[in-house]
Amino acid sequence: MGGVKLVATTQSFFCTRVQWALKLKGVEYEFIEEDLRNKSPILLKYNPVYKKVPVLVHHDTPIAESLVILEYIDETWKENPLLPQDPCDRAAARFWAKFADEKVVFGVWTACTMEGEGKEKAIEAALESLAHLEKQIEGKKFFGGEQIGYLDLVLGWIPHWLNTMEEVGGMKLLEAEKFPCLIEWGQNFIHTPLIKECIPPREKLIEYLTASLSYLRSLAAKKP
Amino acid sequence: MAKNDVKLIGAWPSPFVLRARIALNVKSVEYEFLQETLEPKSELLLRSNPVHKKIPVLLHNDKPICESLIIVEYIDEAWASGPSILPSDPYERAIARFWAAYVDERWFPAMKGILGAQDDAARMAAVGQVTEGLVLLEEAFQKISKGKSFFGGDHIGYLDIAFGGFLAWIRVTEGMGGIKLLNETKTPGLLKWAEKFAADPAVKDVLPETQKLAEFSKIIIAKLRAAAAAKAK
Repeated sequence: MGGVKLVATTQSFFCTRVQWALKLKGVEYEFIEEDLRNKSPILLKYNPVYKKVPVLVHHDTPIAESLVILEYIDETWKENPLLPQDPCDRAAARFWAKFADEKVVFGVWTACTMEGEGKEKAIEAALESLAHLEKQIEGKKFFGGEQIGYLDLVLGWIPHWLNTMEEVGGMKLLEAEKFPCLIEWGQNFIHTPLIKECIPPREKLIEYLTASLSYLRSLAAKKP
Repeated sequence: MAKNDVKLIGAWPSPFVLRARIALNVKSVEYEFLQETLEPKSELLLRSNPVHKKIPVLLHNDKPICESLIIVEYIDEAWASGPSILPSDPYERAIARFWAAYVDERWFPAMKGILGAQDDAARMAAVGQVTEGLVLLEEAFQKISKGKSFFGGDHIGYLDIAFGGFLAWIRVTEGMGGIKLLNETKTPGLLKWAEKFAADPAVKDVLPETQKLAEFSKIIIAKLRAAAAAKAK
């Protein structure tokens, strides 16, 4: 079942989660690195609505939006299922994935970019959202149970990207006393060989995040 | 026992609650509809959806399922023997999910922008955004429906339900502003689709009456405008 391409960037964890899914399923794919400051005709053709990465291209047919792509991968390649079988468990996994992308990612990024007064409040909100995840992982090796699953891939940015964001944003979120289970899960996850091989080098990620942060802050400074 | 197995916590004006009701109707599932006034929110709602405290919440054998599109997928999977809501082909499922997410993340915020607009200029801008979105959805409809009545083909499916949940609100917004969001020129396919969707057996008894919703919308508009004004300060 050939003809799989992934239009992506190495730094974006939305892209990495798709790579992880493909590797877990043993699917071979061509990685097409995109320069987001200079979007290629390929990206604009395959994702005209959002013009964003990742885009999975299977037999020349594009699929965009990382969570949609993950479900497509799970339904197309049946080995090593990512989502659980039971409808209730599936609904729970989807619920937490949506929560993670809408509240946790946004919360952490806001805490990272904010300066001054707003920063404390943003940090509090981020911690509140992370506390929900701590509760969910208590007593489990992975969010998927004994094996890595859909929700692990969706939250997989936490062990590597989060601490880089903490460093660049000048804040500490994942403290050992408050998040022992989440930290332990993170270590188990990130040291899994298939997972480790896709993560971007830390220095490159710091460079990328620092540049993004400066850019966003310069935009904010220009606002009246 | 059958009827008490399934409860839906919701409110009649909510397009998100409507999605869940239509999905249950497609599967002919009997359920108890627990109307929320939301002021204050019931103990049951707060207990069933402690994270977001929002409607709809489906309670199936007392287990809560939250988030309208997740509820619709759950209904499709839990009552697998009924008519299918999502298509069977993985690519078609991906396309349906992509556009449903688009409706929620891009199109709906623009709709709220019309209702919450402080002045004519803001309203015109929001109408422009909503119209652009509808043109994209029209294109998607033409591709996905392949000449049939619905996004789901001959029968209503996931994307019909996801987008159709907003139909009454589209009509209210049109009435308010004297505009035609769905029209012959830009969205001929969706215009026809809307009539058929509204008449569908799974939809017609639960779709809010436009007049009743228009009355209710005055409350929502006041809230949206107050929120927008507070943000602007």
